[in-house]
Amino acid sequence: MAVEVRLPTVLRNQAGGASVVTVDGGTVGEVLAKLVAEYPGLAGQVVQADGSLHKFVNIYVDDDDVRYLDGVNTPVPDGAELSILPAVAGG
Amino acid sequence: MTLYPSVLELIGNTPLVDISSLSPNPSARLFIKLEGQNPGGSVKDRVALSLVEQAEQDGLLVPGKPDQILMEPSSGNTGIGLALVCRVKGYHLKVVMPTNVSIERRQLLQLWGAEIIESPGSEGSNGAVRMAQRLAAENPEWVFLYQYGNPANPKAHYRGTGPEILRDCPSITHFVAGLGTSGTLLGVGRFLREKLGEAVQIWAVEPPSGEMVDGLRNLDDGYIPPIFEDLGGADLLDRKTVVRPRESIEWTRRLTDVGIFAGISTGAAVAGAIKCARSLAPGVEASIVVVSADGGWKYLSTGAWTDDLDEVTERAKGIIYF
Repeated sequence: MAVEVRLPTVLRNQAGGASVVTVDGGTVGEVLAKLVAEYPGLAGQVVQADGSLHKFVNIYVDDDDVRYLDGVNTPVPDGAELSILPAVAGG
Repeated sequence: MTLYPSVLELIGNTPLVDISSLSPNPSARLFIKLEGQNPGGSVKDRVALSLVEQAEQDGLLVPGKPDQILMEPSSGNTGIGLALVCRVKGYHLKVVMPTNVSIERRQLLQLWGAEIIESPGSEGSNGAVRMAQRLAAENPEWVFLYQYGNPANPKAHYRGTGPEILRDCPSITHFVAGLGTSGTLLGVGRFLREKLGEAVQIWAVEPPSGEMVDGLRNLDDGYIPPIFEDLGGADLLDRKTVVRPRESIEWTRRLTDVGIFAGISTGAAVAGAIKCARSLAPGVEASIVVVSADGGWKYLSTGAWTDDLDEVTERAKGIIYF
């Protein structure tokens, strides 16, 4: 299933400068694994060696933070958009 | 009571307004808490007063003593609230603020007599926090209240905003607010959870700031407010959703249909509340309370209500509005 992945500025260099890339996968974990397979420079940046999300990364499926859904097991429907955003301050 | 001994007594007790006519779900009522009614114009007046009063209780600040300096990183509203409180109480305030905020935020700080220390706009609020931490280490005589790590921030909402919401809307089922320092969500969320248990859901709304901040060198430059981690924010929230600038501005405009002139972050929070209303099963009765962090005055220069939506959206991507 094709999924559009939106990359933040800080990660675009590792994906040839692209802001949006398309990969396959039925869950967040599968999409991220495919993403890293396609762009090895992203290895360790988003998902850590133990499979958990990097502390300062938030992943959204259609704008919902997956940490409050099923984490890396959150389903990603066909045509969904997955966004990767660094955690930053507000206020 | 309509006679007050000080303008600081006007902080809090803000109105809650029924805006259910905007709800897409006839079973979901929608209420908005107008924090722009605070004297400094935002929800952060509560935090500012709480931070300063706690510092006074702890002996870090001494009322009436001359030449006391406070320093705080802020993208605007906390700085403005602190500037008001410090002006009234006689403290000198330095605010570390990114360059890419609306002109009105700068003007308000200046009119309250605060000194602005600029941090690079490309680094967003993270850069302001880093610079403030460095300055605090270099100037230990300055009082650094650090809203991101100070429990007096959520305490203002636990003691004030939360009880006011429950008093005015006892049927509340969902609380929706913007996520910045996380103070509002932690304080109100904790209070409501203690009183209502799982009968209330806590929803956080945030802008895609991390996408727009281009000064991050890598992901390790990221930032999570210490109060969010220390007070169990991840366990408290039921849902966190990102709202993009275009949708934020669309809802900021829609709010004028019900006579509400609010800031752009309110548009984002209301968009989150609308999403919440849409997510409910048909027929499920709900009362959704959303916080409007500030009024629209500080954003007139962005053209948010008057200019072409595409142009305003692009402009909003370049400024910090949370």
